[in-house]
Amino acid sequence: MTARVGVVTFPGTLDDKDAARAVSLAGAEPVSLWHADADLKGVDAVVLPGGFSYGDYLRCGAIARFAPLMSELIPAARSGALPVLGICNGFQILCESHLLPGALTRNSSLRFVNRDQVLRMENTNTAWTSSYDEGQEILVVLKSGEGGYVADEETLDRLEGEGRVIARYVGSNPNGSRRDIAGVTNEHGNIVGLMPHPEHAVEALTGPSTDGLGFFTSILGHLAAGTPAHA
Amino acid sequence: MARVVVDVMLKPEILDPQGQAIAGACSRLGFEGVEQVRQGKRFEVEVEGEVDEAKLADVRRLAETLLANTVIEDFEVRPA
Repeated sequence: MTARVGVVTFPGTLDDKDAARAVSLAGAEPVSLWHADADLKGVDAVVLPGGFSYGDYLRCGAIARFAPLMSELIPAARSGALPVLGICNGFQILCESHLLPGALTRNSSLRFVNRDQVLRMENTNTAWTSSYDEGQEILVVLKSGEGGYVADEETLDRLEGEGRVIARYVGSNPNGSRRDIAGVTNEHGNIVGLMPHPEHAVEALTGPSTDGLGFFTSILGHLAAGTPAHA
Repeated sequence: MARVVVDVMLKPEILDPQGQAIAGACSRLGFEGVEQVRQGKRFEVEVEGEVDEAKLADVRRLAETLLANTVIEDFEVRPA
């Protein structure tokens, strides 16, 4: 049976179509989910795509976090049962939902950064990263104005100690993220937040590489294996 | 109707690049002696009736639920 991966659209979401296309290219069936419906449609996993949900009003992701759909998603994700990938604004929503620790803040440069970005994959045991090799460098797209990952020192130490940093920026730090962190996972390894955009690097025609596809093939492998991931 | 003010500030340990940019502008504009600027947000919440302890407690709950992200921000609630 083909895996069904939900892609959520909030008002102001931009990258839902690209995320759905990446899901298709990886071999799964994308299922459109609407923020106002408290219904996950029985999907096997969910992508929270990038954009500017609710215009980034108040704080990025702060209002999206209370959307009706999130009332279904949050407990299912927190229990470790539902794999969720949050990209860019999706990562911000996961942090605002307290499904991931820390927060995303204004880039230290105060400028929106839009560039091809090399990442080093560090935890390849999560539901969304198992297609990669540990230490592998991948080229994806970074496009964000509030991409600076922050958390207190104790939290950062815990994330490092538990191997929950899934990817780091290679080369110059683009946004002031603490310890060059580009993405993190939760203690079950089913939730991953990533600031750069793997869904924009899945086809040679439009992306800087096809390295991003691995996030989407990873979830297929994870669902096929039918076992919960462990970070 | 009465008004309750909620001030939200980044925690001291969180870098505030906007505040730094403002501090930079201060010295360029000739406002000497400005050592640091931290930028925050002020919310004015209009509530029904009088502001009593129960109303303030409601607004405090609103602040920690929605108005502030307590991972990176502190807040203060007071009657206007």
